[in-house]
Amino acid sequence: MKFGIIVFPGSNCDHDCYHAAKHVFGQEAEYIWHKETSLQGFDCIILPGGFSYGDYLRTGAIARFSPVVNEVIKFANRGGLVIGICNGFQILTEAGLLPGVLMRNKGLKFICKSIYVRVENNQTIFTKAYQKGQILNIPIAHADGNYFADKDTIKRLEDNNQIILRYSTEDGEITDDANPNGSLSNIAGIINAKGNIFGAMPHPERVCESILGGEDGRGIFEGILSLSS
Amino acid sequence: MKITQEIIFQHGLTDEEYQRILSLLGRDPNFLELGIFSVMWSEHCSYKSSKIHLKNFPITGKHVLQGPGENAGIVDIGDGMAVAFKMESHNHPSYIEPYQGAATGVGGILRDIFTMGARPIASLNSLRFGSFDHPKTRYLLNGVVAGIAGYGNCMGVPTVGGEVYFHESYNGNCLVNAMTVGIMKSSKIFKGKAEGIGNLVMYVGSKTGRDGIHGATMASDVFGEGGEERRPTVQVGDPFTEKLLLEACLEVFKTDYVVGIQDMGAAGLTSSSVEMASRGGTGIDLDVSLVPRREDGMTPYEVMLSESQERMLMVVKNGCEEKVREIFHKWDLEAVVVGVVTNSNLLRVADGNNIVAIIPVKFLTDNAPVYKRPIKRPDWQDDVQTIDLKNIPEPAVVVGRAAPANDRWAQPTLQNNYNDVLLKLLSSPNIASKEWIYRQYDHMVRTDTVVLPGSDAAVVRIKGTKKALAMTSDCNSRYCYLDPFAGSAIAVAEAARNLVCSGAKPIALTDCLNFGNPERPEIMWQFEQAVLGMSEACKKLDIPVIGGNVSLYNETSGTAVYPTPTVGMVGLIEDVSLHVTQWFKSEGDVIVLLGETKEELGGSEYLKIIHKLDKGRPPHIDLNFEAKLQEACLNAIRGGIIKSAHDLSEGGLAVALAECCISFHEKVVGAEIILPAHKMRMDALLFGESQSRIIVSIAKEDTAKLMSIADKHSIPAVVIGKVGGNRLKVNGVIDLSVKELKEAWKDVLEKLLKG
Repeated sequence: MKFGIIVFPGSNCDHDCYHAAKHVFGQEAEYIWHKETSLQGFDCIILPGGFSYGDYLRTGAIARFSPVVNEVIKFANRGGLVIGICNGFQILTEAGLLPGVLMRNKGLKFICKSIYVRVENNQTIFTKAYQKGQILNIPIAHADGNYFADKDTIKRLEDNNQIILRYSTEDGEITDDANPNGSLSNIAGIINAKGNIFGAMPHPERVCESILGGEDGRGIFEGILSLSS
Repeated sequence: MKITQEIIFQHGLTDEEYQRILSLLGRDPNFLELGIFSVMWSEHCSYKSSKIHLKNFPITGKHVLQGPGENAGIVDIGDGMAVAFKMESHNHPSYIEPYQGAATGVGGILRDIFTMGARPIASLNSLRFGSFDHPKTRYLLNGVVAGIAGYGNCMGVPTVGGEVYFHESYNGNCLVNAMTVGIMKSSKIFKGKAEGIGNLVMYVGSKTGRDGIHGATMASDVFGEGGEERRPTVQVGDPFTEKLLLEACLEVFKTDYVVGIQDMGAAGLTSSSVEMASRGGTGIDLDVSLVPRREDGMTPYEVMLSESQERMLMVVKNGCEEKVREIFHKWDLEAVVVGVVTNSNLLRVADGNNIVAIIPVKFLTDNAPVYKRPIKRPDWQDDVQTIDLKNIPEPAVVVGRAAPANDRWAQPTLQNNYNDVLLKLLSSPNIASKEWIYRQYDHMVRTDTVVLPGSDAAVVRIKGTKKALAMTSDCNSRYCYLDPFAGSAIAVAEAARNLVCSGAKPIALTDCLNFGNPERPEIMWQFEQAVLGMSEACKKLDIPVIGGNVSLYNETSGTAVYPTPTVGMVGLIEDVSLHVTQWFKSEGDVIVLLGETKEELGGSEYLKIIHKLDKGRPPHIDLNFEAKLQEACLNAIRGGIIKSAHDLSEGGLAVALAECCISFHEKVVGAEIILPAHKMRMDALLFGESQSRIIVSIAKEDTAKLMSIADKHSIPAVVIGKVGGNRLKVNGVIDLSVKELKEAWKDVLEKLLKG
């Protein structure tokens, strides 16, 4: 499995995703500069966290026009696997690859902490290593993670089982208190209808090694890797 | 323009200093030259009041690769790797404009680190604000934290630790000290030197604007009423550009094009060019007309004195400028040749064809004034050191055993009982959880933070090795006010103890010396005593000072901040798997107190919170004992028997025990404590802040091993209880559920901010 990690000039979780793919899971991994115009040879593209082009405007609003994102769109349309984490998720929504938008957190502040999410659908490439209903302890680190979409979109997401992760309590209850950023319906991660594009605010790459305090993020990578075995 | 008395005064120069300029130059300076002299001779750039004292610091050690005098100090950590770190203040700008002041403080310290060739891997900050009753405190706290978050988060450098204190002495001057740690190859150190006659001076990074002109001069003055009017002297940060600058610099450092590099920080283009020429023993010719500008019509004066952020000055080998430009263009950054290194020993500034300033470099550096300011022990010192404990009532005992009638604990003279006192201390802003702050900082990015904020020290692993770095910052300024020598020695000792508690051997420190107006003899006495106290502790604990910063004039309308010599310290953990955190781990573990408790209440948080007193002598510190204690603890940790270790500091033994029970974010656990017989006041035993003490927990079967290590180092070690249950019980005077303790301690800042 060959991972490509997109590097926007303001990406800052690019190293972390690279480290997870390459060193924790022993896969091929390469950085892809934002001015690149080819994604030949990659199996899975990761849009990492960070501040793509500074994000002084709406997050991801400029990144969506970058040369490489055009290629990501083509790559995804051909069925290639795409993961957007945090800023990457924001960019995927801006680029129209995933529905909805990520607004400023309800508390208006950046939040970095470990939270709980519940796996809503494990019948996807990205979550097949988890049980349905499994509670994952994964960190978030964002100022704009407040997921919003219109009623019809939410209904479509619900009907198609496209809501993959929801913020929950430690016991798996979906409550307002467990929702760190005000996301509609506690949405933390979604997938496209075809099932090859996954966007989430939590950072699985931060919990792939026990020395960092948890391994609940491993399942995302393990799910993808099971494709090649 | 004619230089008038008024203009000289506006530049922060005294009459004597102006006379000195005249006699050095042998002529009148022009307006630009006056500006250049004024910033280079400002306290901020010249250290004119502090220089003679700073000589006392021990600055060498077998691992020191770079001591004070560069952008940052560097220490060798073996395997061809080195660590660069430094702490710097941004106090004055942060008070005037908290968000941008703090943000650019972070930006500046990050540049200091990557200028040296290191990749920043972690940041910390040490903050001081006024009391919560003061109308500006909430505004400053909100703005400063958001500014640090806004800059650091975007840079992708985790903010892993720090400290925050609130005290009324900071009502008129907050302190914002930012620290960054970076790692590098020890063979690839870059310095701020202009060497090689004919080499080119390149300007890289953001364009120059009119922001921050005279920031260094502003930071070298006291505030009066209306300090906010100085807002235009504060710079505006652009972390995205800094991120580009960081990556571009690290890329260019892989080549051999760069001869020297320096951040344009305080006093911008002026200080970077002058300092580089001074260190290189050369001269520099600059043409300001070539400097990229953000706005039209800027004068040479404005270009030379601007403190626009995210800029670097580089000396590159003649002929390599195109290659350097290509790298910066890849990152969409400017890189322009603006000058040349000469053998003239002059700073010559041209604006196109016109020469607009000529000053010998040494006039600005070596010939800058150095003051031996008058020193006087304050008249108030004896008074503040005096307390009569007889007049201080002890809390009542309401839980546990029925006290005999003649037991003095049983005679409540104070409304509070011990349970209440502990809860009050835990919910005081200086002791309460700082999660509201560090939650706003990305403290995990780079996936190296092994110990997150909330333990004695942060631990950051170094990928590809077994090593990790522990880092912390410390200063109890109340101690320093009551006794600046002892308080400063304690700051060093406690920082080192924090690192040791995480399993690290302290390797070096940086400092940020924040004081009031040095023209007042009492302030200079505090400063002198603080430097001597720190130096003494550094020598005894064998920790060199490799860099730092002095911030004076932290004073408003005659009221100075408490002396605050902040210590930033880094330690090395050879095997990251042997790191330790402060919270109790498993039921049944044995709790051992290392060190000795004395009847010391002076300067304690207990006296302040419960009895409203900032008085007494701070706890005694025996540095020889401290060294032995730290060695014993580190040996035990390296032997793999320590499951948790926590330094005792503000709030003393009771607060430290409570923290061991509740500070882990995932779970809480109780403890049952029986303290051995003693003859001191119960409040001193529980809340006194005797130094050189550590609480450790171990598996029961390791007790003998630990005792023998303690014995070997002649350190008192007493089993005081065991981990377990869901209550913290101490000697029948404290009995509280861990839930109550946690409730009291968490979310305090949030509640106070909501008012």
